[in-house]
Amino acid sequence: MDKVIIAENLTKKFGDFTAVDHISFEVERGEIFGFLGANGAGKTTAMRMLCGLSIPTSGKGLVADFDVHTQSEQVKKNIGYMSQKFALYEELKVWENIRLYAGIYSVPDKEIAPRTDELLKRLGFENERETLVKSLPLGWKQKLAFSVAIFHEPKIVFLDEPTGGVDPVTRRQFWEMIYEAADRGITVFVTTHYMDEAEYCDRVSIMVDGRIDALDSPKNLKNQFKANNMDGVFQQLARRASRKAD
Amino acid sequence: MTGNKGEFAVCCENITKTYPPDIQALKNINLKVSPHQIFGIIGPDGAGKTTLFRILTTLILADEGKATVLGYDVVDDYQEIRKYVGYMPGRFSLYQDLTVEENLNFFATVFNTTIEENYELIKEIYQQIEPFKNRRAGKLSGGMKQKLALSCALIHKPTVLFLDEPTTGVDAVSRKEFWDMLQKLKKQGITILVSTPYMDEASLCDRIALIQNGQFLTINAPENIVKQFGKTLWTVQSDNMSKLLVDLRAVKEIKSCFAFGDSHHVTIRNSQFTIHNLNEYLENLGHKDIEISEIEPSIEDCFMELSSIEVRR
Repeated sequence: MDKVIIAENLTKKFGDFTAVDHISFEVERGEIFGFLGANGAGKTTAMRMLCGLSIPTSGKGLVADFDVHTQSEQVKKNIGYMSQKFALYEELKVWENIRLYAGIYSVPDKEIAPRTDELLKRLGFENERETLVKSLPLGWKQKLAFSVAIFHEPKIVFLDEPTGGVDPVTRRQFWEMIYEAADRGITVFVTTHYMDEAEYCDRVSIMVDGRIDALDSPKNLKNQFKANNMDGVFQQLARRASRKAD
Repeated sequence: MTGNKGEFAVCCENITKTYPPDIQALKNINLKVSPHQIFGIIGPDGAGKTTLFRILTTLILADEGKATVLGYDVVDDYQEIRKYVGYMPGRFSLYQDLTVEENLNFFATVFNTTIEENYELIKEIYQQIEPFKNRRAGKLSGGMKQKLALSCALIHKPTVLFLDEPTTGVDAVSRKEFWDMLQKLKKQGITILVSTPYMDEASLCDRIALIQNGQFLTINAPENIVKQFGKTLWTVQSDNMSKLLVDLRAVKEIKSCFAFGDSHHVTIRNSQFTIHNLNEYLENLGHKDIEISEIEPSIEDCFMELSSIEVRR
C-alpha cells in the first residue's frame, strides 16, 4: 500500500507553547481520514504543517512523498485544499474560477477546456458556466469548490470543515462526492465538527492538547470507548483536555 | 422591569425582506414566541436566520409585514426595544483593541448600568474569562470571545436575548457547555431566541422553527415535529455501506435513502413492504451482517422530509 502521509513525531512550538506535540501517523492512498479535535487542540497547526504552510519545529513529515521541511513547494503542488471559509472567488464566473485554479496548479493548457466541460457536465452545471460564483446557492458552491480543489488530480485533498452550515441533504451529497474521489484513489484528509460525519471516515484520529490520543476505525473506537456513537467517543476524549484554550 | 405590552415576547406577521436586486431573504414569516422559553431557529446558511434577527433587533427594516418584540413595534418603538433586548451577532463584534473588562464596561455604560449592578447574572460565564480581564479582546481564543460576547449581551439584564449562531464552528464539548449556560439563563426568566445550523441542538429548545430559503417549514415543539413525521423510517446497516446506499436507492418501495452516521435511513413508500422483504432482497445482492430496524426520526430526518415536500410544491 502506498503511504500518502507519513508523520513521525511532528511537533510545532510557538515560544513555550507546544501547539502540536510529537504526533505520528500514516495515511494510505484512497483513504478517508477524519482529523478531529476540540477547538484549540492543534488541528489547524498540524494541518498547516502537512500542507507545507508552516515549518515543523521538529519531527518528520512526508506528504505525497515530499518532505514538509525541505520540499514545501512540491508539497503544495501535489495537494488540493478546500475550507468552508474560503474556497472560490465570488466575483469570478464559474469557468473563470476553474481556469484560475487549473493555471495555479499547472494543468496543461490544452487539457483545461475539455476537463472543464467534463466537470460541468458531471455536476450538472452546464448552464452555470457564465454564472458569477456569488450568485450560486451555497450547496452548489461547496460542490464546485471541492471539484476545483481536485481538478489537478492531486494525490491528497485537505478539507477543513467543508460542510459547515450546509443543509442536511447537500451535506450528504457532498460526502458522496468524497466517496467518489476516494474510489478514484484520491486520499481525503477531513476535519469536521459533525460527529455523524466522523462515522463516514475509514479511520479517525482525535487530537487532545496537541497529541493524537486515539486513532482507529470508527467501529473500533466505539468498542474501545464503549460508546454508541462517535459523539460519545469524542466527548470522553475531549474532556480529558487540560489545555484550556477555549 | 420588562415593560412587556403583549402576550408574546416576539411576534411576526407576514415579514418579507428582499435584498436588491432579487434575493428574497424572507418570505411571509409568521412567528409567535411565548416568554420564558428557548426558541430555536434551525436551518442552513443563507436560509434567512440572520436577516430575521436583524429585523427583530431593529437593525434593518422589513419590506413588508409587522413585527413586535415585547409588544413594541420594531419600527415605531425601536428605541424601547433596544433597552430590553440583548443581541449576540454571529460574527464577533466587540472592540478587538479594548480589553475584556473595557468591553464589558463599555456595554454596561451604554445601557446606563455598571458591571457591579448586574454581576450576578453574568457571574458564572464571566468568571471563566475574568482571569484574562486585562487581555485585549482580539487576543482571546474563540471560546473566550464567545463568553465575552455573551457577557456583553447580558450586562444590561435584557428580557429577550437574541443569539445568532453562537455554536457554529464550536466543538461538540464546548457546544454542550454553551447550551448548559442557556438553560441557566432561561431559569432566570430570560426569553432566548437562538439560531443554529446544527439539527442535533433542536432537542435542547422548547420550541423550534425549521427554516429554509426564507420560509419556515414548520414551527412546533421538537417532540411534536418528530410525531408528525408520518412515514415509516428504517435504519439499515450491512458490511458494505457504500454499495448498500446504491442498492437501497434502486428499490422502488423506498422513497428516500440517506447516510446517517454508521447506518442509512430509509423511508418506505409502500406499507406492504416489510423489513423481512428488504432483508431478503439485500441478502440476494450479497450483503452480509444486515441489520434493519424501525426507528423514531430525528429532527434532521424531519428537516429533510419537510424540505423535499417544499421543493415539490
